[in-house]
Amino acid sequence: MSSLILILITGVGLGALYFLIASGLSLIYGLMHVLNFAHGAFLTAGAYAAWVVTPQLSGLGGWAFPVAVLVGMVTGALIGALVELLLIRPLYRRHIEQVLVTVGLGLMAVALFTGIWGPDPHPFPRPAWTTRTTTIGGAAIPNDRFLLIGAAGLLLIGLVLLLRHTRIGLIIRAGVENRTMVQALGIDVRRTFTLVFAIGGAAAALGGVLGSVYLGSVSPGQGTALLIYAFIVVVIGGFGSIGGTAIAALVVALVQQLANYYLYSGIGDVSVVLLLAAVLLIKPAGLTGRTA
Amino acid sequence: MTDILRLTGVQVRIAGSHILQGIDFAVPEGGVTAVLGRNGVGKTTTLRAILALVPSTGMIEFDGARIDGMPTHRIVRSGVGYVPEDREIFASLTVEENLKLAEVPGVRPDYDAVHELFPELHQRRKQRAGTLSGGQQQMVALARVLLGPARLLLVDEPTKGLAPKLVTEVGDVLARVAERTTVLLVEQSLPLVRRIADMAIVIDNGRVVHTSDARSLLADESLVNSLLGVAGTDIAPKAHRAPVIGAD
Amino acid sequence: MTNLGQTLTDRAVAATGSQRRGTGPGRIRAVLIPLAVLVLLIFLPWLGFSIPGVLPGPVNSPGSLQLLALCLVTAGIALSYDVLFGRTGLLSFGHALFVGAGAYSAAIALGRWGAGIGVAVLLVLAVGITLPLIVGAISLRVKGIAFAMVTLAFAQAVAITVLRNPGGLTGGEEGLSLNRSRLPALLSGVVNAPYRYWLALAFCVFCVLLVSWLTAARTGHAWAAVRENEARVEVLGLSAYRAKLLAVVVGGFLGTLGGFIQLIIIGGANPHLLSTELTLSLLVMVVLGGSGSRWGPIIGGALYVLLDNRLQELSTSSTIAELPAALRIPLSQPVFVLGLLFILVVYFAPGGIAAISGRVRARWNSRVTDKAAAP
Repeated sequence: MSSLILILITGVGLGALYFLIASGLSLIYGLMHVLNFAHGAFLTAGAYAAWVVTPQLSGLGGWAFPVAVLVGMVTGALIGALVELLLIRPLYRRHIEQVLVTVGLGLMAVALFTGIWGPDPHPFPRPAWTTRTTTIGGAAIPNDRFLLIGAAGLLLIGLVLLLRHTRIGLIIRAGVENRTMVQALGIDVRRTFTLVFAIGGAAAALGGVLGSVYLGSVSPGQGTALLIYAFIVVVIGGFGSIGGTAIAALVVALVQQLANYYLYSGIGDVSVVLLLAAVLLIKPAGLTGRTA
Repeated sequence: MTDILRLTGVQVRIAGSHILQGIDFAVPEGGVTAVLGRNGVGKTTTLRAILALVPSTGMIEFDGARIDGMPTHRIVRSGVGYVPEDREIFASLTVEENLKLAEVPGVRPDYDAVHELFPELHQRRKQRAGTLSGGQQQMVALARVLLGPARLLLVDEPTKGLAPKLVTEVGDVLARVAERTTVLLVEQSLPLVRRIADMAIVIDNGRVVHTSDARSLLADESLVNSLLGVAGTDIAPKAHRAPVIGAD
Repeated sequence: MTNLGQTLTDRAVAATGSQRRGTGPGRIRAVLIPLAVLVLLIFLPWLGFSIPGVLPGPVNSPGSLQLLALCLVTAGIALSYDVLFGRTGLLSFGHALFVGAGAYSAAIALGRWGAGIGVAVLLVLAVGITLPLIVGAISLRVKGIAFAMVTLAFAQAVAITVLRNPGGLTGGEEGLSLNRSRLPALLSGVVNAPYRYWLALAFCVFCVLLVSWLTAARTGHAWAAVRENEARVEVLGLSAYRAKLLAVVVGGFLGTLGGFIQLIIIGGANPHLLSTELTLSLLVMVVLGGSGSRWGPIIGGALYVLLDNRLQELSTSSTIAELPAALRIPLSQPVFVLGLLFILVVYFAPGGIAAISGRVRARWNSRVTDKAAAP
């Protein structure tokens, strides 16, 4: 029983990580129809930024970690905004070229990180309390899972508030449904694009930092490795839908964990990847999308 | 009387098809100008070209200033409202949110006019727009463009799929709206056109083939027949035009 | 997502006049130059000249021949990818599946099963036809980005499985080394580098011939039609699905074959051959070279391998070491430079190298005719 509780809670923790990464991806594709292959780069950049800045913050004691997280998120937001402004916006409506550019950026980013910090993982400084465990129902749960769940919960609340109670959120929701009509109401949707990329970058960076806490290390390829699972979550949950992304993140992570543990190690990973194919084959509508 | 809109030599090519082959017309300010023509001649495309929703060549002047080449949102901001065919309201948003989206920042939205014309929308303001009936969705689509100071409304087949009672109501609304704004109306329902249109422009094969005042055109049965291919002389609501969405 | 890759391929095609079925000097040149290059390539192992900076030694040294062999096999694989992307407008993120399948099935047959080279070849051929057929039949049920993601999913699923080393079959992270004892002696050993080189050359030539033949035939027209406007293809009564499936099978077959050749050249199968990175590098190659054109993918593939190799050499050289860190670090990473070139091409030269060379040729021609016209 205790192992089931462990699997379930760590599964939710993994789902939280997936949600952090997938939420930005979902908004970006939903609103802009850009499949952002550079999203992994935002993630890794945030992780490295936090890693680099942590030694400088040793004087802050317990505050060092939250500040490092903040630095990571700001880095992610800035990079996301710059990428959109400089690279994506000039290719407005040329979706294939936009995808290609994000692919190129993703490749360049991994190479750059490898060049600067080397290909091997570096240990990631984590606050002592995250290495300890809390016992629930006989299962010893590592505390970093709770950190992930808490962060994802806050992000979810923040995004829902943004989408439901601000004008920008209204424009995003309408734009996800019908971008052209939003333009035909006199609203320049393109200005929201930069914001969406910034939000996506910040959320991914948060996922990157907390993911590094979860993995215990930071490495150049961690973004690409996690990106496929983020894609799976977004496809299953529906582009542009935050609620759908959250539920899908939980489902994917739990299926993965349960299958890996109870069936055969690794089969969970393969199953969710095949789940991606299955969902697309049955219901491709969300991806083939409307013409922008 | 000044022209609020003028198209000169407007051409549109989509996927190899030469849909608009040289559209020339002028819309006088005030009242309703109807755009008529058989299916597929380019009526909707003309409206979309005015709004730069499709790329076009040629000259388009709104209120004396050239708007061809401007991006869609700026054209709309300069005073052109759009009620598209199939309404295209945002189904996942509430009625209230659909209207709020149409508000122009910095301009007081005219909710009084909207509530007066469409009292039902105020009652249903918290309802998700996707759950509204066809007629109610049409009201939202119309209300949207009336919130702001639009000087020209492009309205595309607003009565499509509506029951006869609603067709009349939409006609009434348009007639009242036309008292303070110019309306460029694409319509298939000739009785509606007869009732509210001042001017008529007929398009065929991507060109304007006839321009006159609406009543004299519609009074001439043989002319109507040859231009629009309308069978018979009866221009009362046609029996075969079954409403897609019934009366609500 | 309609018009897949159309901007890129149209410009490449237009610039290189690949669709031009003209006569006269242009056409003769289009055949003679590649023929001359081919003859040169065939006789390369007997030539002793050097290209400093480009090749590690004289042209016929084992190191250079190995590098050239890698260039050739990669060029062929890039061409196989372009059959889907540039010719038919299918964006696939799973092409590495075929390459890896070719390498691993032969490596397993030769190594784990102790089978002979004949069996290995038959296995590769069988896999090369059935695997793309199955993958294509399933993934072509959807279009556009959905198709891209389904192919990605299949390739990733296999990659993950292979990494897990089921039953000790695939060697996990380290991969499988080639069991040379079952290979003809001609292909093993440093001194036999020319034979491996010729094998790679033969593969590349085979790819070019097969793809050129199919492109000129009705198949190629169907592919081009699907790329331009799939809806219209259906209206004309052609089967878009069949044309696309054929593209996947042809591209997949050549890719599988290429994986097998690659196994022989580099002496092992490794998980990288199944990775998304490989497929993305193929994408970079065809875009750099000019997708949809006859020689673009070949040039792109060969250039990519060459640049990757040379940049790695360069990164340890003294010139680079003296640069300030801000320049030195990015330049020491070949993928960074290649990715940057790729992005620049997407922005400024969408037709790739093929289009650039086409434009240069066009301007040269117009200058010649101008001179002729001048009194």
